[in-house]
Amino acid sequence: MSFSTATLTGSSTATLTGSDGREVVRNKVPVWRRRKAAANYIALLPYVFFALFPFYIMFITSIKTDQEINNLSNSPFWATGIATEHYVYLATNTGFFNHWFVNTLIVTVAVTVISVSIGTLAAYALARLRFRGVELFGVAVFITYLIPQTLLFIPLIDVINTIDDYVPIRDTYWSLILTYPTFLIPFVTWLLMGYFKTIPVEVEECAYLDGCSRLGALFRVVLPMAIPGIMCAILFSITLSWNELLYSLVFIQDETQKTISVGVITELIRGDIYYWGSLMAACFIGAVPIIMIYGFFMDYFTSGLTAGAIK
Amino acid sequence: MAEIILRDLWKFYDDVEAVRGINLDIAHNEFIALVGPSGCGKTTTLRMIAGLEDITAGIIEVGDRIINDVPPKDRDIAMVFQNYALYPHMSVYQNMSFGLKLRKTPKDEIERRVRAAADILNIGELLERRPKQLSGGQRQRVAMGRAIVRDPQVFLFDEPLSNLDAKLRVQMRTEIKKIHQRVKTTVVYVTHDQVEAMTLADRIVVMNEGIIEQVGTPEEMYDAPQTLFVASFIGSPSMNFLPCQVEAENGGLAIRLTDNLSFAAPPDRGDRYSPYIGKPMLFGIRPEHISDKRPHTEPTHLDFTSDVVVLEPMGIDTMVFINVGETEITTRSRPRAVSQVGEPMDFTIDMAHMHLIDPESEKVV
Repeated sequence: MSFSTATLTGSSTATLTGSDGREVVRNKVPVWRRRKAAANYIALLPYVFFALFPFYIMFITSIKTDQEINNLSNSPFWATGIATEHYVYLATNTGFFNHWFVNTLIVTVAVTVISVSIGTLAAYALARLRFRGVELFGVAVFITYLIPQTLLFIPLIDVINTIDDYVPIRDTYWSLILTYPTFLIPFVTWLLMGYFKTIPVEVEECAYLDGCSRLGALFRVVLPMAIPGIMCAILFSITLSWNELLYSLVFIQDETQKTISVGVITELIRGDIYYWGSLMAACFIGAVPIIMIYGFFMDYFTSGLTAGAIK
Repeated sequence: MAEIILRDLWKFYDDVEAVRGINLDIAHNEFIALVGPSGCGKTTTLRMIAGLEDITAGIIEVGDRIINDVPPKDRDIAMVFQNYALYPHMSVYQNMSFGLKLRKTPKDEIERRVRAAADILNIGELLERRPKQLSGGQRQRVAMGRAIVRDPQVFLFDEPLSNLDAKLRVQMRTEIKKIHQRVKTTVVYVTHDQVEAMTLADRIVVMNEGIIEQVGTPEEMYDAPQTLFVASFIGSPSMNFLPCQVEAENGGLAIRLTDNLSFAAPPDRGDRYSPYIGKPMLFGIRPEHISDKRPHTEPTHLDFTSDVVVLEPMGIDTMVFINVGETEITTRSRPRAVSQVGEPMDFTIDMAHMHLIDPESEKVV
């Protein structure tokens, strides 16, 4: 609501000058419009509070000393000072920076590259090519996406063990690079299928007449036009890989091969002992990359999701 | 040289017949308009020439080469689409040079040709813009520019003006005609607007339900339609049709429209019409051939009187609607010569321009 911000801050100049030099006295912003703008912001406040509160607690707890955390007479909502001991602990006593963070990064990048490349080609084929059974394929991809991960990991263990007989991937993050695409490729395919369908066929046909082969038209014309959709697929893929817990929990026991999500809950929770400060510090650092990516690419994200809704 | 020959061309979409065995010869540098209602197969025919649709049966030749199995990129054909189909991620210059670049044309040659085309189309200042920064008319020009720079054997237009507003459409129509006069090449132009077809084309092809109804110059289409469909499709406002009977009268023939209204048929058509005496027929006459009462300069000019039902002033002329029997027909009069609604008015009909149609075969006899 761009007008609301303008009206709330109050446009300073009461008079404007028209292109013919005449003075124009600006009308006052009607009270109802100011009220409406104020109401919009007030309505948003509870949600903003609700959404940001966990981050706040995470951050505030991570900079307290253990003593302060455990002292129940202190308010949990403030910190009295800034302590870095939990961040130091993560760096020195756990594999957080050396292994978990790096592993997560490698897995995320590899999985995203694989899923988005394969998913893009599949989506293009399902959206554009006319061949026998194309609709059945589309539905099949969708059904694959519907099978819950919590059921799928059991047969996948068997798959990994079988592959491990030839290539050692068990108990390494390679098993994740292999298994994450099983849920990401269907997802990316479905997302991009919808996007490709919004790209006018004529533009592609024009590329053929201009001298492109089908692949040429795909890379020179269709993919550049699909960038918002592809960015959206990349963002989703990054988020889902980065946050994935179940497969990495099941497939990896070796501490040096763990990703952040598993490392944190297996190494910083020992039985009934919670290393609250380090736990919160790890969660906070783990969340920062995702927040940053969304901050930079939010526009792509929304345009990719709502493409074709209106034209 | 690029004449286009369509031989016994068929297109099936599963069981639906879109094009049903059409034959057409298009001469080198001829401007051909394919015209007809939606679903008549005109766009499908165009897309088969472009290579965007497979040909179910029959052959297409372009410049002595059968191109059935030639992929679109090797056909040397340029097409202007209804929705322009510009590449949104490229500037106007890149849009226009894309085809040349793919053909590995030298850079300075590309530059020269794009500038030349931009000059013809008056889009020289827009070359650095993106398509979304252009108005509809400008986009249309870029789409044509993209086709012109390639200097193709054949130009295809698929309803290029239907997305423009009425005024711009007329303006671009003239523009297209000028361009064709400057850049001589074979053009196939698809439209559902018969006015566009009449004004632009050397020859018009009227299609209906997958077949060609008639091929001819705009004048032939207007003066001598061969079928009921063509007679009703060409001309605006469209031709009036009235049930009639042919009668022998005073040694000649007469067309009886109602019990008390009949007109003598033109004397030179006696042989043509005499086999239809007594059969139920359709009488066709264009609105412009029934006017307010005028001096008879020809023996085929005949008078009658009728009550005015509705008046539609158009400025230069006024459309006068009258009832003949049960049918309402349109006539065209000078604005100052019309009567008020509900009052009788005298008309002159020019029977030399009448058409007699056999309702069974729907052919003009």
